[in-house]
Amino acid sequence: MSSNVRFTDFKSDAQPTWCPGCGDFGTMNGMMKALAETGNSPDETFVVAGIGCSGKIGTYMRSYAIHGVHGRALPVGAGVKLANPDVEVMVAGGDGDGYSIGAGHFIHAVRRNVDMTYVVMDNRIYGLTKGQASPTSREDFETSTTPEGPQQPPVNPLALALAASGTFIAQSFSTDAQRHADIVKQAVEHDGFGFVNVFSPCVTFNDVDTYDYFRDHIVDLADVDHDPTDYEDARSRILDPGKEYQGVLYRDEDSVPYSRRHGVDADMTDVPDGAPEDATDLVREFY
Amino acid sequence: MPADFNWAIGGEAGDGIDSTGKIFAQALSRAGRHVFTSKDFASRIRGGYTSYKIRTSVSQVQSVVDRLDVLIALTQRTIDENLNELHDGSVIIYDGDRTTMQDVEIPDGMIGLDVPLKGLAEDAGGAIMRNVVALGAACAVSGFPIENLDSALEKRFGDKGRSIVENNMTAARKGRDYVEDEYDEAFGYDLECTDEDYVLLNGDEAIGMGAIAGGCRFYAGYPITPATNVMEYLTGRIERYGGHVVQAEDELSAINMALGAARSGARSMTATSGPGIDLMTETFGLVATSETPLVICNVMRSGPSTGMPTKQEQGDLNAMLYGGHGEVPRFVLAPTTIAECFHKTVEAFNLAEKYQIPVYLTADLSLAVTEQTYAPEEFDMDAVEIDRGKVVDEETVGEWQDEEGRFKPHALTDDGVSPRAFPGTEGGVHMSTGLEHDELGRRTEDTEMRVQQVDKRSRKVETARDREAFEPREFGDADADTLVVSWGSNEGAMVEAMRFLDDRGIDVRFLSVPYVFPRPDLTEAVEAAAETIVVECNATGQFADLIEHDTLTRVTRLNKYDGVRFKADELAERIAAALGTQAAGEEATP
Repeated sequence: MSSNVRFTDFKSDAQPTWCPGCGDFGTMNGMMKALAETGNSPDETFVVAGIGCSGKIGTYMRSYAIHGVHGRALPVGAGVKLANPDVEVMVAGGDGDGYSIGAGHFIHAVRRNVDMTYVVMDNRIYGLTKGQASPTSREDFETSTTPEGPQQPPVNPLALALAASGTFIAQSFSTDAQRHADIVKQAVEHDGFGFVNVFSPCVTFNDVDTYDYFRDHIVDLADVDHDPTDYEDARSRILDPGKEYQGVLYRDEDSVPYSRRHGVDADMTDVPDGAPEDATDLVREFY
Repeated sequence: MPADFNWAIGGEAGDGIDSTGKIFAQALSRAGRHVFTSKDFASRIRGGYTSYKIRTSVSQVQSVVDRLDVLIALTQRTIDENLNELHDGSVIIYDGDRTTMQDVEIPDGMIGLDVPLKGLAEDAGGAIMRNVVALGAACAVSGFPIENLDSALEKRFGDKGRSIVENNMTAARKGRDYVEDEYDEAFGYDLECTDEDYVLLNGDEAIGMGAIAGGCRFYAGYPITPATNVMEYLTGRIERYGGHVVQAEDELSAINMALGAARSGARSMTATSGPGIDLMTETFGLVATSETPLVICNVMRSGPSTGMPTKQEQGDLNAMLYGGHGEVPRFVLAPTTIAECFHKTVEAFNLAEKYQIPVYLTADLSLAVTEQTYAPEEFDMDAVEIDRGKVVDEETVGEWQDEEGRFKPHALTDDGVSPRAFPGTEGGVHMSTGLEHDELGRRTEDTEMRVQQVDKRSRKVETARDREAFEPREFGDADADTLVVSWGSNEGAMVEAMRFLDDRGIDVRFLSVPYVFPRPDLTEAVEAAAETIVVECNATGQFADLIEHDTLTRVTRLNKYDGVRFKADELAERIAAALGTQAAGEEATP
């Protein structure tokens, strides 16, 4: 790891095509800051993204990266990390990506607890397909495909993560730059699966969950008496409907990441020129 | 009849059929006899007819035939199911004390041996050893020295402690002694032993062993019959070599994990069966477009949909060749024997990395679950070579950067193959994507670059055709008028069928093709033959379609899609019938 990495080193020369004012700019900047501040370099970082506005992040950041298929970024990240433990893995997705098409992967990634960071750019709408309801859209939110609102309650991603035995559950607001970067940084430093749901407003299609709305409603956990290591405290806040928290809601100090549980610490990328030395033992087993 | 011996045990699932069969197969193999096994099982945990058949000889056996010499029948249905394979003089071992077997009907001309299996097992220490008593009885009938059974029992029960092993040895002797004491028939069998040491394994195991030998270190999969054995084999073994197996939440996750590991720089694989291939197809496109080397093993079963999950078929060829939207090259390898499952797996990894392309490695159910003996030298670990292709390091990465120092993971090259940089390589930072991209991996809709990238990916196929030998395996008389072509597990049955055909004066040239794409050009062979017959286990003749497409010549299709593999004698009959030279007194199998 190089010590003199600046967050701009993680910026590519591609011009983002996100709408002016999109919350994703701040979300990405915070991710880059967190990576730089934790001492990672682009050469040793792997960013996995899915489809949608969030999926473009691999193009705008400078690191090893893959832009995957919709909803399946988390398994890719797990594969990268398990095969090459020295690599810092950051997975980015959207609320559709993570809580709809990829909901199954999300729950299993949380409980698998591979040591990586998952940042969800939650704008509570489908942006790139031009404004349909997402799993986190409000029950009465009118969109092109839900003219009378989805008529079903939104998913609570933090509760899903908690139910799946998450070991690091946090939420941040993309425009609160320093605070957001600090929360992502804690997720990167967490020994296990660091999950951050980021309010990342869509200025084009979502006129309900706007910057102003979040500014007015966010409760920063730094300002209230909250102990993230206290499971009951975390649980009651996460299950408190309609509350928009910012900060680390839950952190399991005893988190044992997948690799330690399973004794997976070898770098799997280095392969000899031929079969392993004692491979004949494998044949002998069939005598 | 050939100098071989055919044995079976049958009963209900849960009766311990599989492990009993395996013990006897192992005993025969350890006694220096060749073995070929076949299993008939239903898709349920308990109940339902299930059987384990063994054909054994002192020379190599590679298929099943329509004949049973000794049958251990745990249920009446075992006899009914095998009636057409039993013959005059066949021996049926059963336990007349068993409630369901008290009114057992032994067909005319056959020898029923009523052996109190359960009672003798109890005498030896427990009713659970009932099947081992039957094995002892089978030893007496077949003239197979019971000492050979001991080492197989040791292997099977050694972990459970000395007394368990010894009780089983006693049980086997009680079975043998009972037959010798109570029956004085001369059964006429004398299974000869040799000093050869063989290994006994199935196709799934050979694939798993090939994966480890070939440098695979990461495997992600989701359980599905009949591919699960690959995962079970690797679990607990790949770790010894620094690898890891993940049981993913579904096939979508499995292939994506494998993709991630591959991009991370590991040799990586997933295995599944037909329905799983369907689920993986979405990511398959990404694997291909991002030019990620990945081995996707498809152990075919009978489809479509859930079809017949425990039955034989070769119906997924089109799905592997054409599956997915858009157009991307992929390689499809189809080993034709269990030993080839090992070799082709090693080759699949090399091809995947040399050409940065997804490789389908496909076995059919018969190949996957069948066990066969081989000389251990067939699996020569010293001969395994690993070629990782164009991987760059810090020294060489500069050759593949643009003027601004940016790495080109999709560089346009003459051979279509671009450089690969693993994360951690300084100067190799890059992104890849399923979107159409330029040399740097950046999304593009530029018409010229689109065409160049499509052409580049396709060019790898031409390069591989130039550099690799995608040859068929050839058998028989090269000048014969009749050409038979097959793929997958049919090779064994066909090789043996050639003997039956030869007896009738039918001379054939046989080409067994392990490469579906790229594949050998058979035009010359087809043109030289008066008649070409393509043998495969599917209804529509998917492989025959390819041969016709390649050679512009009509072929005769010989298809079987009842869920059961070709038997050697059956195949010979059907080929003879196709040639209009049916032998007198013999009926072709419909």
